[in-house]
Amino acid sequence: MSALLEVTSISVSFDGFKAINNLSFEIGGQELRAIIGPNGAGKTTFMDIVTGKTRPDEGRVRFGEPQLDLLRLSESQIARAGVGRKFQRPTVFEAQSVRDNLTMALSNDRLPFAVLGYKANKEDGARVAALADEIGLSEELDRTAGELSHGQKQWLEIGMLLAQDPQLLLVDEPAAGMTLGEREHTTDLLRRAAETRAVVVVEHDMEFVRRLDCKVTVLHEGSVLAEGSLDHVTANSDVIDVYLGR
Amino acid sequence: MERSLFARQPSVLIFIALLAVFTIVMVILSEGFGLGLVSTSTIKILGKTLCLCLVAIAMDLVWGYCGILSLGHFAFFGLGGYMIGMWLMYERTKDIVIASLAGGELPPTSEEVREAIGSQIFGVVGGSDIPAIWYFADSLYAQLALVVLVPGLLALVFGWLAFRSRVTGVYLSILTQAMTLALSLYLFQNDSGLRGNNGLSGLQNIPGLTEVPQSVVSVWFFLASALALGLGYVVAAWVVSGKFGNVIRAIRDDEARIRFMGYPVEAYKLVVFTLTAVIAAIAGALYYPQAGIINPAEIAPIASIYLAVWVAIGGRGRLYGAVIGAATVSLLSSWFTGGQVPSIPLGFYTVNWVDWWQVLLGLGFVLVTLFAPKGIGGLFDRLVRKDAAS
Repeated sequence: MSALLEVTSISVSFDGFKAINNLSFEIGGQELRAIIGPNGAGKTTFMDIVTGKTRPDEGRVRFGEPQLDLLRLSESQIARAGVGRKFQRPTVFEAQSVRDNLTMALSNDRLPFAVLGYKANKEDGARVAALADEIGLSEELDRTAGELSHGQKQWLEIGMLLAQDPQLLLVDEPAAGMTLGEREHTTDLLRRAAETRAVVVVEHDMEFVRRLDCKVTVLHEGSVLAEGSLDHVTANSDVIDVYLGR
Repeated sequence: MERSLFARQPSVLIFIALLAVFTIVMVILSEGFGLGLVSTSTIKILGKTLCLCLVAIAMDLVWGYCGILSLGHFAFFGLGGYMIGMWLMYERTKDIVIASLAGGELPPTSEEVREAIGSQIFGVVGGSDIPAIWYFADSLYAQLALVVLVPGLLALVFGWLAFRSRVTGVYLSILTQAMTLALSLYLFQNDSGLRGNNGLSGLQNIPGLTEVPQSVVSVWFFLASALALGLGYVVAAWVVSGKFGNVIRAIRDDEARIRFMGYPVEAYKLVVFTLTAVIAAIAGALYYPQAGIINPAEIAPIASIYLAVWVAIGGRGRLYGAVIGAATVSLLSSWFTGGQVPSIPLGFYTVNWVDWWQVLLGLGFVLVTLFAPKGIGGLFDRLVRKDAAS
């Protein structure tokens, strides 16, 4: 099976600081992957590159079947090609209802004139209802997103990503600021999502990563330090050095 | 599933009803068609105010809903006025020229007529040739098309360049100010082909309708302005009430997020910018025949800033807020600057309202910003919510 996302020896530097240094990374079609690493390891920059926010100085980023060169596409084109991204801070559209947030995210035509002529229909209504059920917000559909709790906003954002129906989902610190119960729900959501698509989770919290129970990639100073199961990488002496200091 | 536009935007029905009642009452009271209690000049002021409300709706769409603080939309308004003004002035001059040449032994050739029109219109800027941009000036339909096309294309090209380079926020505002300033300075030049600082005048006289008194013409334009405002309101309500409206509000609130959802933000901005430029141009094309004159000072940068002030005072992000703001401020402005308000002699100083109105407006803006950040329209919302709560 060929990889869904193939990142080959990318490098990027900001004002001389090498944020990503000759990084290569692959992920398959239905896989859950956690990326861990200390601050400044390049986790967020890696996501920025895949989603088109930052252009690498060198390297290749290939995605999908047939393969697309993501470096040639704009952010919105990459998103339409099937890459969804969840930011660290929950970013939902607070002034709008949960239903409107989800409806906007549904994988329909996104060009202005098509959207201008959009009419709400039963199918989309049912999809929104199913998604709301999945993320546990059925009761909140008509509430303004700004009134939701922090955890609910995170789920809404994950729901919006699922609505986009991406082949690859990039999730930045989903568990930040969540209660224990909320974390369990989030873990379930992500693992279910990974049954039909690739999910990459960037996370600081080792406990959360352990619960995800998936292959782990450790980044350090912009390149891959170790890869494997959590137990495998935490036994790696380089990883111990990086995390605990020499 | 799909609720009608009126169910989603209840303010549309209320607005249309109020506008209709107001229009009918004014026509009944007018000199041209009714009791004569409202003077022709008042009807003109009201008609112009309706046009200003329409351009305020355009401003609210682009700023209040889409978050693009354009400080150049009055340029499109003015261009719309210039485009219709060219036909009005050309045809009217042509009628006068033909009438005055009719006394000769031979009927004038079209060459002679054109020459006479040229020196009539452009004598004031030291020319007599009709510039190329006046090529279509003898065709009402062509000039009406240009009312939409010229500002629309300008907005399309300007917007494409600006949005493509991801110019946002205050930088975009400055860029739009530069655009309207550049246009105004260009039009001030005598060889701009639009009579420099003289502008176009006599626009209140409608060619072919010289027999119709101004009291009647003013009511026609008043009605046309009311119709345009009503239509503009419905179109704007339709645009903001559906999914498109949700997307442009999302662009206003978090541009990066909606971009990562796959929406081509730049294309949306371009659509909204161009659409509102066209609405502004149509408003301008109705305004200037009622004002009678247009000159480059009309599209000075300050005019576009006023437009933003109206919308801010009225309450942005609400269509009726824009209308309330534009109507209140422009009517108050013409009341204060019209010389009807007596000056207040304080002995050592006389408060002259023509000057002090500006101070009052500035204070009003500060007060609204401080105490009613959602504008007058926001106060309405508060009342409605109190009703619903009790």
